[in-house]
Amino acid sequence: MTGLRIEEHPILDFPKRKKVKFFFEGREMEGYEGEPIAAALHAAGVKVLHHSLKLARPRGFFCAIGNCSSCLMIVDGVPNVRACTERLREGMSVERQVGRGPSLTGR
Amino acid sequence: MKSFYGDLPEKGSLLSSGIPSVEDLDGVLPPADARKKGPVAVLECFQEIPCDPCGYACKFGAIKEFSDVNDLPVIDWTKCTGCGQCVAACPGLAIFVVDETYSPEECLIAMPHEFLPLPERDQVVLLYDREGRHVGEGTVHRVVRGKDKIATPVVWVRAPKALGYVARALGLPEREGGSRN
Amino acid sequence: MEYDLIVVGGGPAGLSGALKAAQNGVRVALIDRQEQLGGQLVKQTHKFFGWSQRYAGVRGIEIGRRLRDAVCAEPRITVFAGTEALGYYPDNSLLIESPSGVSRITAKTFLFATGAQERMLLFRGNDLPGVYGAGAVQTLMNVYGVRPGRSVLMVGSGNIGLIVSYQLRQAGVTVRAIVEALPQVGGYAVHASKVRRLGIPILTRHSIKEAHGTECVEGATIWEVDDKFRGIPGTEKDLDVDVICLATGLTPLGDLLWQAGVSMTYVPELGGFVPIYDENMETERPGIFVAGDAAGIEEASTAMLCGEIAGLSVAAKIGKIPRQRFEEERNALAQELSALRSGPLSNKVRTGYERIRALVQGRRGR
Ligand SMILES: Cc1cc2nc3c(=O)[nH]c(=O)nc-3n(C[C@H](O)[C@H](O)[C@H](O)COP(=O)(O)OP(=O)(O)OC[C@H]3O[C@@H](n4cnc5c(N)ncnc54)[C@H](O)[C@@H]3O)c2cc1C
Ligand code: SF4
Ligand code: SF4
Ligand code: FES
Repeated sequence: MTGLRIEEHPILDFPKRKKVKFFFEGREMEGYEGEPIAAALHAAGVKVLHHSLKLARPRGFFCAIGNCSSCLMIVDGVPNVRACTERLREGMSVERQVGRGPSLTGR
Repeated sequence: MKSFYGDLPEKGSLLSSGIPSVEDLDGVLPPADARKKGPVAVLECFQEIPCDPCGYACKFGAIKEFSDVNDLPVIDWTKCTGCGQCVAACPGLAIFVVDETYSPEECLIAMPHEFLPLPERDQVVLLYDREGRHVGEGTVHRVVRGKDKIATPVVWVRAPKALGYVARALGLPEREGGSRN
Repeated sequence: MEYDLIVVGGGPAGLSGALKAAQNGVRVALIDRQEQLGGQLVKQTHKFFGWSQRYAGVRGIEIGRRLRDAVCAEPRITVFAGTEALGYYPDNSLLIESPSGVSRITAKTFLFATGAQERMLLFRGNDLPGVYGAGAVQTLMNVYGVRPGRSVLMVGSGNIGLIVSYQLRQAGVTVRAIVEALPQVGGYAVHASKVRRLGIPILTRHSIKEAHGTECVEGATIWEVDDKFRGIPGTEKDLDVDVICLATGLTPLGDLLWQAGVSMTYVPELGGFVPIYDENMETERPGIFVAGDAAGIEEASTAMLCGEIAGLSVAAKIGKIPRQRFEEERNALAQELSALRSGPLSNKVRTGYERIRALVQGRRGR
C-alpha cells in the first residue's frame, strides 16, 4: 500500500489487520478489513469521493465522523452511504456519487 | 538579537510567534551558583495555565507545591539534582536539564523527544534552537525511555558548551519523516 | 427495559456522568455513535494539563482507556456503542439507530453530552478534497493510521491547531505553516513553543486566501490580514501543500437539545448557542441535563467534572442519594471546577458562564 499508511508511530500502535480486496469504480484495490471505506481510499490515493449536486464540484471527506455528508458514495449499488463511517468488507464495490445519486425507486 | 540563548527576539515574541524571548528566558535562567554545581532543571514555562505535573514528578521537593493549579512553577535550585524526572512528566514539553559542568568543552542537555526513530547512545544528532534553526551537532549520551509508549522519552545530548541554553530540539541526520521547513 | 438515565455521548463528559450516576445507584444507558467510546479522547496522543490527581500529564488516549474500562466494569451501565441518537420525543423517549436497526428507548432523565462540531471557514476552494477539519485529520491519522497527505497548511493557532500540527509531525507529515488571523497565538504558549522549535512557522496576522487545485488541493495562498481581518493585497505567499487543515473553532452540538425544547442562549465565549442550565447541570426542561462541550466549548478536564456533577444530580433527583450528601459532594466538585477555571487563560469561558449564571438567577428572581 502507498506511503500514506503510518507503519510506525512514536505513541500509537496500529494493530495488523486483514487485507481485503474491493472495487472502486471497477478498479481493484486493497484495504484493511473493518476500516472506513474513506480511509482505505485515501490510503490508496483517492481523495474525490463525491461530486456536488449543483456544480458537480469534487468533494472529499470533511468531518470523518459521519456528521457532514460530504462523503456520500454508492456502495454495492446503495447510494448515500457515508464512506467515512461505513466499514470495508472483502469484495465491496464502491462508486463515486453525483449529488443525491441514482434513485432506487426509479422515479 | 544575539544572546546567551542564541539569536532570539528581545521581548514580546512568545505570543506573537511561539518563540520565547530573551526577556522570558532571563526570568527562568538558573542562578550562577546552581549552574556551577552541576545539572539543573530549566523550566521554560511562562504562562499561567492549569497544570501541575512537574511538582508531582519531582521526588526531591525542588518544585514548590502548587497552591493554585494555575500558578507558574517555582523551583528551589538548592534542591534540584538535575535528575530529569520533570522533563518526562511535563505535558508542555517545557522543561530541560542543562549540565554545564560536564567537561571543559561540553555540556549535557536533556530534552523531551517524542519522534521516531529514537536516537541511540553515541549517535551524532543535529541540534536546533527555539525557532527550529540548525545550530550544531551533539552526541547522544543517554536515552531514558518510559516503561511504555505513553511516557515521553528524554534524550541527553553532549553538546558544545555554548549550546547549553541555545539548543532545544534534536533530529537525526537522515531526517525523521516529515521534514523541517 | 426502562432506564433511570440515558446518556447521549461517550466522551469524557458522558463517560464521567454515567459512572458517577451508576456508582450512586442509577441504572444508565450510554449511547455513542462511534464503536469506540472516548469521544475526542481517542485521538489525543498528547499529555493533558490540569491536576495530577485528575489525569494531568496523562495522554488523552490513556484517559479515554481508563474511563472506558471503568464504564464497562460497571454493572449498572448498559453501553450502546455504534448507536446514534436520531431524535428526542416529549414522552421521554429517544429514537436510536444501531447496526441492528431503529428503535426507541425511554428513561426518567437524560444527559446530553454530545460534544461539538467544527466551524467551516470561507475562502475560495474551501470545498476541494484536501481541505479537512482538524478532527478529521486526527481521526484519519491517529485512529485509522493513515496520513492525510504529505504537506499541510494549518489554519488556526488555538490549542487544537497547535496540537494537531505537532501530531502531524509525529506521523511524519510536513507542516508548512500555521496561520492565525489574530495578533496572538490562541493556544497555550508551551504548545506553540514546542511546534515552533520543530521549525514550523506560526504566522500571526495571517490567513488563507485561497486553495488551489482542480480535483483536489494542490497548493494554497496565504496573506497578511489587517486589524479587521481583511487580507492585504500584495502580501500573498504560495505554499506547496496537499492538505489544508482547518482548526478554526468549535461550536456546541445542540440538535437534540433544540428538539427537546431546552432553552438555549447565544454566548460567543462558549462557542455559540448553548443550553441554559443551573448549578446541577440541569436545563430548564426538568430531567434534561447537559455536560461537556455541548454545554460550552472548554476542556476535557472541565467536561469530566461537569459530567460528574450531572451524574450526581441525577442520582439526587431520582432519590438515590440524600440531599445533604449530594450538596456536599456537588459543592466539592464545583469548587474544583472553579479552581481550574480561575487562571487568566480562562477569562473567556468564565465570562461566558457568568452570563449563564446571571440568566438563571434573573429567571429565578422573577
Ligand atoms: C486536538 C484537541 C486537543 C485537545 N487537547 C485537550 C487537552 O490537552 N486538555 C483538555 O482538557 N482538553 C483538550 N481538548 C478538548 C477536549 O477533547 C474536549 O473538550 C472534550 O473531549 C469534550 O468532551 P465531551 O464529552 O463534551 O465531548 P466529546 O469528547 O466530543 O464526545 C462527544 C461524544 O458524543 C457522541 N455523539 C454526538 N452526537 C451523538 C448522537 N446524536 N448520538 C450518539 N452519539 C453522539 C460523539 O460520537 C462523541 O463520542 C482537546 C480537543 C482537541 C480537538
Ligand atoms: S530535575 Fe529532578 S530534582 Fe530537578 S526539579 Fe526536575 S525532578 Fe526535581
Ligand atoms: S508541568 Fe510543565 S507546563 Fe505544567 S506547570 Fe510544570 S513546567 Fe509548566
Ligand atoms: S466526512 Fe462528514 S459525513 Fe463523512
